[in-house]
Amino acid sequence: MLRLYKKYFSIHLKSVMQYKASFFITMTGNFLTQFSVFLGLLFMFQRFRRVKDFSFQEVVLCYGILLLGFQISQMFASGFKVFDSMIANGQFDRILTRPRNEIFQVLASRIDFVRLGGMLQGAVMFVYGVTQAQVEWTALRILTLCFMVIGGAVVFSAIFLLDGAFAFFTLEGLEFMNVFSYGASEHGKYPLGIYGKGMLTFCTFAVPYALFQYYPLLFLLGRSDNLWFVFLPLVSCWFVVPCWLVWRLGVRRYKSTGS
Amino acid sequence: MKKYLSFFRLRFAMSLQYRVAALAGVVCQFFWGAMAILAFHAFYETDPSAFPMDFQATASYIWLQQGLLAMLAVYGGIDAKVFESIQNGNIVYELCRPVSIYSMWFANNLANRLARALLRLIPVVVVASLLPAPFGLMAPPDIATGLLFVLSLMLALWVVAAFTLVVYNVTFFTISDRGVRLVSVALSDFLMGAVVPLPFFPDGFRQFAELLPFSCMENVPLRVYSGDLAGPEMVRAILLQIFWVFALVLIGKVLERKALKRVVVQGG
Repeated sequence: MLRLYKKYFSIHLKSVMQYKASFFITMTGNFLTQFSVFLGLLFMFQRFRRVKDFSFQEVVLCYGILLLGFQISQMFASGFKVFDSMIANGQFDRILTRPRNEIFQVLASRIDFVRLGGMLQGAVMFVYGVTQAQVEWTALRILTLCFMVIGGAVVFSAIFLLDGAFAFFTLEGLEFMNVFSYGASEHGKYPLGIYGKGMLTFCTFAVPYALFQYYPLLFLLGRSDNLWFVFLPLVSCWFVVPCWLVWRLGVRRYKSTGS
Repeated sequence: MKKYLSFFRLRFAMSLQYRVAALAGVVCQFFWGAMAILAFHAFYETDPSAFPMDFQATASYIWLQQGLLAMLAVYGGIDAKVFESIQNGNIVYELCRPVSIYSMWFANNLANRLARALLRLIPVVVVASLLPAPFGLMAPPDIATGLLFVLSLMLALWVVAAFTLVVYNVTFFTISDRGVRLVSVALSDFLMGAVVPLPFFPDGFRQFAELLPFSCMENVPLRVYSGDLAGPEMVRAILLQIFWVFALVLIGKVLERKALKRVVVQGG
């Protein structure tokens, strides 16, 4: 399976490289979009210095981690984002006839290299945050950092999976799902605790953003020494299960559109 | 003039049809607005003295911004079909017609933005004005301000439409339209005050941004509404809006003339 994925990967990379100019312009656009959010952040902190008890460096670290996870899922799980058109043009029928798992094939059918632009932005902030936020790095904290990125990538991928699964029932993408992907990635630039108790509860129990963003960040910054917080990003992966169940339900009652 | 009015009417009626899509969009925008206001509130609580606007005015700004997204954001009214027709050459059919292609696109763009905004604005305004005091949408301080807001909003609509036409015409000269679109959207979004309102910009950069056409899109009408922009400063801003309408239309038309001179119909 991994070898097959590598094969797909190199094919996608080659096809993107056929139109180099267009690829780099689009990537720049992607970078610029992310950059404007960062510039807004910078302007706010020039004026206010802190938000609640988080400094600029700490918020940049928080945003960098989140953005890295989000862009990884945008790059590798983008097949689900165009899944409604896969149903409409009959590509999914073809997928079902092949002897491989259908989720694997949807994932492999599209790798969005343009997201490297946004990922670069995430990586720069990540490095800035890691070096400037005055964190005393221990093995446990580095582990937490890795878990946070992984948790973010998994939860956002699950949201894209759910978005794709809805296409089985509505035949068209649902715009409001964007709130949970793009919306969350933009508003997740601040530690979720600043949005107040109600929002934090929602982001803990309904969609587990806070499990890979807010609580482990507290541990990272030394605001809490609760060891549970290290592993919460892994706990947040439970969110894949309901999304996968919706997808299964969709596959089971899927009828071809006939095109 | 009559033909462009019918283009406008047709497109307006067409865009009004997408009601379910509008409803889904409103849910999005409502969440988005709530999160943005809560973030500003966190900054406000941290240091109220550094807050450059009245908090209530900021909340109103954000609700109107969400309600008017389809009208004032550059991407809100961009028509992907125009780019397609430039790329695949279908534009020749439009050129055969006895109409100015610029005015036709302009009328379509105005109608598109107005209709889509109308569908979204009403639910956002209703819900947002029911919210408790500093977080909701307040009424403008007096009737005169309300009327000035409508005037400035209409001017803003013309500025955005004229800018959209410039973007359309630039793609005649480039191979890929996706890059031009992404860059112009990112740039205009930031400079019109969609990420952070202009009063939050640092001094110096703010004065520069206020002169650009982008500031005439969201910044001016949404601040006139709450009385944040008033007096001689407001008069100057509205005059600047009028200036940019004329300037952008002129730039768009010059670009169009240049582009159409180069159009080669290859037949087939």
